[in-house]
Amino acid sequence: MNASLEKDTAGHRGCLLRIYRFYRDGFRQMTVGRTLWKIIFIKVFILFAVLKFFFFPDFLATTFSTDRQRGDYVMEQLTPSAQGYTNPVQGE
Amino acid sequence: MIENFDLSMVNWARAQFALTAMYHWLFVPLTLGITWIIAFYHTIYVTTGNEEWKRLTKFWMKLFGVNFAIGVATGIILEFQFGTNWSNYSWMVGDIFGAPLAIEGIVAFFLEATFFAVMFFGWNRVSKGFHLFATWMVAVGSNLSAVWILVANAWMQHPVGQAFNPDTARFEMQNFFEVAFSPYAINKFTHVTSSSMLMAALFILSISSWYLLRGRHLVMARRSIVVAATLGLFASVFTIFNGDESAFEIAKVQPMKLAAFEGLYDGQKNAGLVAIGLINRDKKVYDTQTPFVGFNVHMPGLLSLMANRSFGSFVPGMKDLVYGNAEQHILGSAQKMERGKKAVASLDAYKKAQKSGDQAAATTHLAAFNEYKEFLGYGYLQKPEEAVPPVALTFNAFHVMIMLGMLFPLIFIGYLYFVRKGTLAEKKWLLGFGTITYLLGMIASQAGWVVAEVGRQPWAIQGLLPVSIARTNLTSGTVQTTFFMFLILFTLLLIAEISIMVKQISIGPEEN
Repeated sequence: MNASLEKDTAGHRGCLLRIYRFYRDGFRQMTVGRTLWKIIFIKVFILFAVLKFFFFPDFLATTFSTDRQRGDYVMEQLTPSAQGYTNPVQGE
Repeated sequence: MIENFDLSMVNWARAQFALTAMYHWLFVPLTLGITWIIAFYHTIYVTTGNEEWKRLTKFWMKLFGVNFAIGVATGIILEFQFGTNWSNYSWMVGDIFGAPLAIEGIVAFFLEATFFAVMFFGWNRVSKGFHLFATWMVAVGSNLSAVWILVANAWMQHPVGQAFNPDTARFEMQNFFEVAFSPYAINKFTHVTSSSMLMAALFILSISSWYLLRGRHLVMARRSIVVAATLGLFASVFTIFNGDESAFEIAKVQPMKLAAFEGLYDGQKNAGLVAIGLINRDKKVYDTQTPFVGFNVHMPGLLSLMANRSFGSFVPGMKDLVYGNAEQHILGSAQKMERGKKAVASLDAYKKAQKSGDQAAATTHLAAFNEYKEFLGYGYLQKPEEAVPPVALTFNAFHVMIMLGMLFPLIFIGYLYFVRKGTLAEKKWLLGFGTITYLLGMIASQAGWVVAEVGRQPWAIQGLLPVSIARTNLTSGTVQTTFFMFLILFTLLLIAEISIMVKQISIGPEEN
């Protein structure tokens, strides 16, 4: 039983090692890919660390603390034009 | 000209979304389409064992990699904008799209991280069969990752399977299958994916034509063309077919958009499709100016056929849709506005009754709201004419798309004909034209999105939510700043893509 478990564990480790080597060697052999990875990292940094952080706050998430408040705020945005219009139920 | 633009926040937000979406779309169709063609090249290599096909497959794979790397994450900016500029919209549709889009993002990431690596790094390191499987999975995964965003877009054009919950101010999904498999969504997905394959075929045609003109990589270029032109021909015919199906669907659910496609102001029986015509940019729906300037040619009955599958049938014009047409039982936006304003007023009364704890009144107002809720969006319009999209832009984009769409199958047929005759390399005129076909494909593809999105205006969600209400209540200053930041960022990315791509093309496949 123990021998079988050890064999399994060793098998998993070997498999993970093969996958690791597969990616490592693949990345090492890249030529144009290295430039592309640099572009990807710079781009993702600009997108998330600069644009998202400084310029694109989630308005409702940062302005209100609960979903109830967010829903109420959006409802207020949906209903101001109701003023001055006839309510079909009571002619309000 | 710029003084004619209304530079309010909502228009800056629209412009910013359009800018980022159009830049994003420079990269996406090539990624979606070329993965299929690469999978075919790879399959031929595995089947024949011919090393030339391997070289060819690796070359196109590399160009795909450049496009993918530059384009990846450009779509995330659209998501940023939802939260900042379109927070009302974002909140209202969160229940319908939030989870599926998140799941799609995660699945696409793992699929890509696994199979992309095997596809690019797997040469001589995994079995040929598994390597080929990975290449096909990249094609499947890339295209699957477009499903939910296209379903979301289709839903905005035709919001089915939902109900508005006035307690949470959200549209809630009532029927997943209605949302995911609406005919609008199916047409949109098939139209986008088939046109993307068409675009990728044009990309390969352009570069291969350039090689043939320069007398370089002749075998690779010819073989690339044979497969790309064959697949491109099928894709272009299919794109025309499902484009026609899309128009049929639009006629049912967005008749105003269809009328704008054709500059049709007065509804007609046996309505014609415009073959040649210059739209009158100054015409308004309420005036008596002629819709076209000077000479124009209509093909009788074809618009009726496209809209209703019957030559003699009536197609409503923009005037019918704005002011109504009792004879044809068409409700105009003027009448819809009345009902929409009742929906908004009932919603307001319902919320007030809820706040004051008057449950009986709340129930009554909710019933009134439910009676008129399908017209909710019209309640926010100030005048009926606001329901008309920008006609000239929609018309021109539609006709550019159609004309180019009809041209593409002919180009593919021409290439296949001369390849079969063995005289393609001598046809310098065709090869010269071939080098710009990718640019034409890009113009057609971008025009297609202009048609879809500008033609939908003024709605964020058709009939239910105009863009003026979907936006965040912010000033335009921040949006202007980020608009120009995106313009610079995307332009730099585009320059990077073009320069890396051009360098790799000029190196060619030998260096792989």
